[in-house]
Amino acid sequence: MELYQKTAAELSRLLQDKEITAVEVFNSFTERIDEVDPHLKVFITCTLDSALETAAAVDRRRMENEELHPLAGVPVAIKDNFCTEGIKTTCASKMLESYIPPYDAAVVEKLKRIGMPILGKTNMDEFAMGSSTENSAFFVTRNPWDLERVPGGSSGGSAAAVAAGMVPLALGSDTGGSIRQPAALCGITGLRPTYGRVSRYGLIAFASSLDQIGPLALNALDCSLLLEVIAGYDQRDSTSLPHEVPQYSAAAGRELEGVRIGLIEENISANFDPEIKFAVLKMAALLEENGARITEVSLPHTDYGLSAYYLIAPSEAASNLGRYDGVRYGYSADGDNIISLFSRTRGQGFGAEVKRRIMIGTYSLSAGYYDAYYLQAMKVRTLIRRDYEKAFQNFDILVGATTPTPAFKLGEKADDPLKMYLSDVCNITDALAGVPSLSIPAGLHSSGLPMGMQLTAAPLNEGLLFQAAAVLEKCSDSPPQQRTALNLTGRGEL
Amino acid sequence: MSDDFIREVEHVARLARLSLSSEEKELMADQLSAILETARKVREIDTVGIEPTAHVFSIPAFLREDVIYPSLPVEKVLQNAPKKMKSYFRVPSITVIEEE
Amino acid sequence: MEFETVIGLEIHLELQTRSKLFCSCSTAFGREPNTSCCPVCLGLPGSLPVLNRKAVELAIIAALSLQSEIQKESRFDRKNYYYPDLPKAYQISQYDRPLALGGFIEMKNEGVKRKINLERIHIEEDPGKLMHSGESIFDSDYSLVDYNRAGIPLLEIVTKPDLRSGREARLFLEELRCILLYSGSSDCRMEQGSLRCDANISLRPAGSKTLGTRTEVKNMNSFRAVEMALDYEAGRQAAILSAGGSIIQQTCHWDEGDRKAIPLRGKEGSSDYRYFPEPDLLPLILKSDYIETLAASLPELPSQRRIRLMEEYGLDPADAAILTENRSLGDLFEVAAGEYKDYRNLARWVRGDLLYLLKGNDRNPSEVAPSLLIELLTMLDEGEINRPVAKDLLANIVKNGTNPRELVQQKGLGRIADREKLQPVVEKVLAENKDAVDSIKQGRKKAFAFLVGKVMAATAGRADPEKVQKLLRELIN
Ligand SMILES: [Mg+2]
Ligand SMILES: [Zn+2]
Repeated sequence: MELYQKTAAELSRLLQDKEITAVEVFNSFTERIDEVDPHLKVFITCTLDSALETAAAVDRRRMENEELHPLAGVPVAIKDNFCTEGIKTTCASKMLESYIPPYDAAVVEKLKRIGMPILGKTNMDEFAMGSSTENSAFFVTRNPWDLERVPGGSSGGSAAAVAAGMVPLALGSDTGGSIRQPAALCGITGLRPTYGRVSRYGLIAFASSLDQIGPLALNALDCSLLLEVIAGYDQRDSTSLPHEVPQYSAAAGRELEGVRIGLIEENISANFDPEIKFAVLKMAALLEENGARITEVSLPHTDYGLSAYYLIAPSEAASNLGRYDGVRYGYSADGDNIISLFSRTRGQGFGAEVKRRIMIGTYSLSAGYYDAYYLQAMKVRTLIRRDYEKAFQNFDILVGATTPTPAFKLGEKADDPLKMYLSDVCNITDALAGVPSLSIPAGLHSSGLPMGMQLTAAPLNEGLLFQAAAVLEKCSDSPPQQRTALNLTGRGEL
Repeated sequence: MSDDFIREVEHVARLARLSLSSEEKELMADQLSAILETARKVREIDTVGIEPTAHVFSIPAFLREDVIYPSLPVEKVLQNAPKKMKSYFRVPSITVIEEE
Repeated sequence: MEFETVIGLEIHLELQTRSKLFCSCSTAFGREPNTSCCPVCLGLPGSLPVLNRKAVELAIIAALSLQSEIQKESRFDRKNYYYPDLPKAYQISQYDRPLALGGFIEMKNEGVKRKINLERIHIEEDPGKLMHSGESIFDSDYSLVDYNRAGIPLLEIVTKPDLRSGREARLFLEELRCILLYSGSSDCRMEQGSLRCDANISLRPAGSKTLGTRTEVKNMNSFRAVEMALDYEAGRQAAILSAGGSIIQQTCHWDEGDRKAIPLRGKEGSSDYRYFPEPDLLPLILKSDYIETLAASLPELPSQRRIRLMEEYGLDPADAAILTENRSLGDLFEVAAGEYKDYRNLARWVRGDLLYLLKGNDRNPSEVAPSLLIELLTMLDEGEINRPVAKDLLANIVKNGTNPRELVQQKGLGRIADREKLQPVVEKVLAENKDAVDSIKQGRKKAFAFLVGKVMAATAGRADPEKVQKLLRELIN
């Protein structure tokens, strides 16, 4: 087996045992990138030189028996909405095509500090707005399971990179499903942590009250290892939670005896793909076999989630994206007065989806509409939060499908924003409630495409999600790396 | 698409400082009205007495001590500036404030 | 028709913090352009605001000193608008849940007691600064932006429409400044932009309760300008209304040079700021005991002190007023008065020679050691030194902090009362001024004073004047 086919935990073990070097790991992954990236188009920017330096430094320090972090030398890729000092950070937008931040995001600092080589910055939907990575201003990324299909989005580049063995670990951001949906469509594991668990400092904002950073990996253990690195309080993010960070990776391996699991009726809805529904029910049965108690549960306001989300997120986005005005950085159009500079810069620099959301958000906040739209959506958000609070009085974990269908075809929903929005329908209410939510592989569809199951816990209970996921991984037939696109057994012919 | 709604779209685009071509405006009007149609679903629920949620968790606000840290070097401040002059950002005439 | 002028003010004050409201950049005035900037105050992608504790504290202190009610829970909101000096295209401000509600200032306008009520007080960030290429904003081809000011903490105070003239607005601002200087929350320097004031002004028929159409007046850069601009605008509106015209709601820019308020924008009121709660900052929740601690540490208000100085020390109103105008001057007086009991004499020195010297040397009263002042006045009272010498010594105290007694000893500045020392000097003066002696003998009193002056001059002001007079009389006769 090639090094690039291994999980982060396996690589970490081998590195610590000095059976391999970080440079060897680096070489294996970069060769894989050379091989598959021309087909998948994952990276907007590759940072191989600095990654190699990091890997070499890790080897040197390990030779000197310095105590290193277990993930030192394990490569990682990051979505291109994390600020990286001195390295282009584009948000896949023409607006930031040549923008170079003067500082590192908090999570980037952390990766660097422990010596994780950052291989590059992955493609995404422009400003994280989208569910297919087709909204990138630069190129589309393809699903490694089927090159005619989307990898999901907006963290589609990060998900495809992990699924295709280009990196063992990646970071994405999730505002309303942007980690979990691509993880499901690419057959990997992805976590949206509790809102505030990971510092947003240096994450280019889409919708501030919803944005959260999380790991994408081959399995739950790898996700938990990366979460341990990035989680924690940060004074630079006022919404950061001060709670201590537990050792998440210790959760894998614990029993499920007595764990109460609620099967969310709304997330195995009648109009979902029947195979996905069946896969989720089968996984639920597996949990039951392992000692969990399963009951159906309803989150009655789920139906309103999408509407509330598509008012709140665009409203915050419209405000967050106001700063791209052509004055201080980024794209700048010609304008002979300030109004034309602003309007042309924004009209030319933003793509269609971003403009749409700015328009919705501006509309919903504007005089005369605020109460009926934005404020009403915020109240509905309260009702959705209460649904979860109530459910977590009786349940430890809530489960359902991650997506209603497997990966769709490139271009299939590109012209119909509403259809596209619906692909996140299962991912939105958890985001509105701020609770942690994990998508794990739920087997392959008859089409050969991966399916995903979503597990949600009460705030700060990420450990419980890893625990359940690890149990499911153990009783499924194939080891995690074989359930991914690594072998390209699907229709992904390269 | 009604002229009224096109005018509404134009008004919102102006507020958002987005110049849109006439085709963009047409398409935007169509898509926006469809999206807003869906969004209007939130208005079906009775929310009397329900507080809006602006932040999902209520933790005490962190207050920073009043201490100075070094600012960015001015070259870094200006490194991405589309137009600069001496150590200022340069912008065109600001006499036109409101178009409306 | 008689009109009543109705004025409401919107005042922005810079809070006296070292660092900015949401980042750790310095607030120091007069730095090179764009050198006090970081990702947060430049609004760079990915940056987040973190609230400054001191700014909150100063804002609470200011609000308390204006009798405003601090809200247990207030909130930050985004005010969205596009302007090149606004890095994020929104200003973090407080909208429907401000820091404090209500409050008032009591003052006197031409002997009449007036109570001016406040609407609200809130915290917000300052935008950056624009420099225009042309003569003015109206004829510039381009502008330059400096973001050093962006993010400086401001306190916004909004009054009710309780003011009735430009003069009253000015008096209000003077009293407000006095109170806030006392509370130490702002240095209120209008010329450095740390106090700015916009006004809403309208006219209505005297006796009417409804408000007329208002205009907004901006760019008033001094208290005097506020008075002139508002009186100008009131006059302009009165002329229009008297001629049967009507007022257009608009914003005017006060032109200091031309002494005119020029309409700035066509259609104000069409602005739609799309306020919504700032998701990056949690609500500001203040505990009662925290507010109470700050309230307890609040200094006495100037108006209260003025009355107390008159009652406790028997000062006349003019002295009391001068001593309260400047908090540290009053403090100096009161500390010295703890030991030096001729209060009125002390007050005269402090508000007279001392204040003059302080201003002339650009010194603050707090830099003067009260013990030195007491020493000086005691030496004078006990006849150890003469008044002119005392003035020199005071100047030395202000400039160098010199101990007056030591200086007197060192330089031999003490009063000369010794007959043996004085007689030769007096004899010499008499010998040199025979004409004066003659005219005294002819009964002209003026010449006597002339001779005293000569002796004083010859002793560098140190001679005991009484002894000099006695000797002169003796020797002339
Ligand atoms: Mg204001
Ligand atoms: Zn700053």
